[in-house]
Amino acid sequence: MKMDIAVTVNGRKYQARVEPRLLLSDFLRDTLGLTGTHVGCEHGVCGACTILVNGDSVRSCLALAVRADGADIVTVEGLGSPDQLNTLQTEFRDKHGLQCGFCTPGMLITGMDLLKKYPLASDEEIREGLSGNLCRCTGYQNIVAAIRAAAVLRNGSAT
Amino acid sequence: MKPAAFNYVVPESLEAAVRALAAANGDGKVIAGGQSLMPLLNFRMTRPSVVVDLMRIPGLSFIELRGDTVAIGALTRHADLEFSDLIATKLPVMAAAMPHVAHLAIRNRGTIGGSLSHADPAAELPMLAVFYGAVIKAQGPQGRREIPAEEFFVSALANCLEPEEIVFEIDFPIPKAHTGWAFEEVARRFGDFALACIAVSFELNDGRIADARVAVMGVADTPRRLRKAEGALRGAQRGAESAAQFAEVVRSCVSPLDDIHVSAEYRKHLIGALAGKAFTAAWARAAGEQP
Repeated sequence: MKMDIAVTVNGRKYQARVEPRLLLSDFLRDTLGLTGTHVGCEHGVCGACTILVNGDSVRSCLALAVRADGADIVTVEGLGSPDQLNTLQTEFRDKHGLQCGFCTPGMLITGMDLLKKYPLASDEEIREGLSGNLCRCTGYQNIVAAIRAAAVLRNGSAT
Repeated sequence: MKPAAFNYVVPESLEAAVRALAAANGDGKVIAGGQSLMPLLNFRMTRPSVVVDLMRIPGLSFIELRGDTVAIGALTRHADLEFSDLIATKLPVMAAAMPHVAHLAIRNRGTIGGSLSHADPAAELPMLAVFYGAVIKAQGPQGRREIPAEEFFVSALANCLEPEEIVFEIDFPIPKAHTGWAFEEVARRFGDFALACIAVSFELNDGRIADARVAVMGVADTPRRLRKAEGALRGAQRGAESAAQFAEVVRSCVSPLDDIHVSAEYRKHLIGALAGKAFTAAWARAAGEQP
């Protein structure tokens, strides 16, 4: 059984014919070649594969590609470019919010959704928001600092 | 490919979904948000021949005030509950519990109907359904039926639904007079399943507790209402001594088992400690203070 789907990823439209059991994470990486989305645990625990679907952060390993038919998806490739990092990416660079970089796509996407939905008034709130994303290098300190800095900038521009 | 192959059906009505499930002869699985089913599929712990997707069925995602009840559609996502003003004002214990439900990316997908049907004994929404005395409405080939939450959960990961029945709505009665309330949970990591958790609410009459509600999870194979503890609260006054007595009653009501995370003894200690904390916080709220 195969089904036709049409999705928009990082502003570009794609059409494909896929098996219903194909995970959205594998569709992005293997079918579309967008390998910025990383695949870690493949059962929704590590958060590395987090992407934005219609503006909300979602585990792409817990999603079927067929169910993304018609969706508007943003992956880490869509946040910024090496020449033009977005605000959160800039803070990750400046605060050394990554070491090996494996968890970074999921951290950035999660950070974007946290910045959109929560006040992030305390580091505790940021840490709770990141509790579904595992990083084995940084001890989280600098990731929290990067999101804190982005939240300060967000609050500054809002007032 | 992680999941085994399956046929995928996307019905556009509840009746068609029930027919598709019935046609699968017990080998079909319903997918709503997919946040419990997808890991099981990825591990091939479940290998259904048919997956019936509910997401194209209109009218199953809503949060509505209907008199003394908040009616919630089965496809309502956890994040919708978390950010709902209606939930915050009418069902504050649920509002307090929602940030503990997994993580934001899971809450953006997971649904209340899915969480209840999955029936994890350490998940917040099944416990809240038991706590509030919710009525779970399901559609089957013979029509619709209403199931009290306490009868819905049979054991760990098991509910009382027939294989072709689908939850479509959950009605939560509003405990209007309950001005004191608290929700306390401990998990190994924020957002993980609870090691132990308690919800408490009560009505005050002349400085003493009148009607009370107590439910726990993580300490048995289903979430449980503790009527003995509710009885013990009746007439109780504010204070550390009453809190300690309540904690003792709650401890005496549960007999958890050892598991890979913690010992039974620790879990029992934990639920008592959380009970005391909840008692104190609920009184603070009833008095209009910050807990």
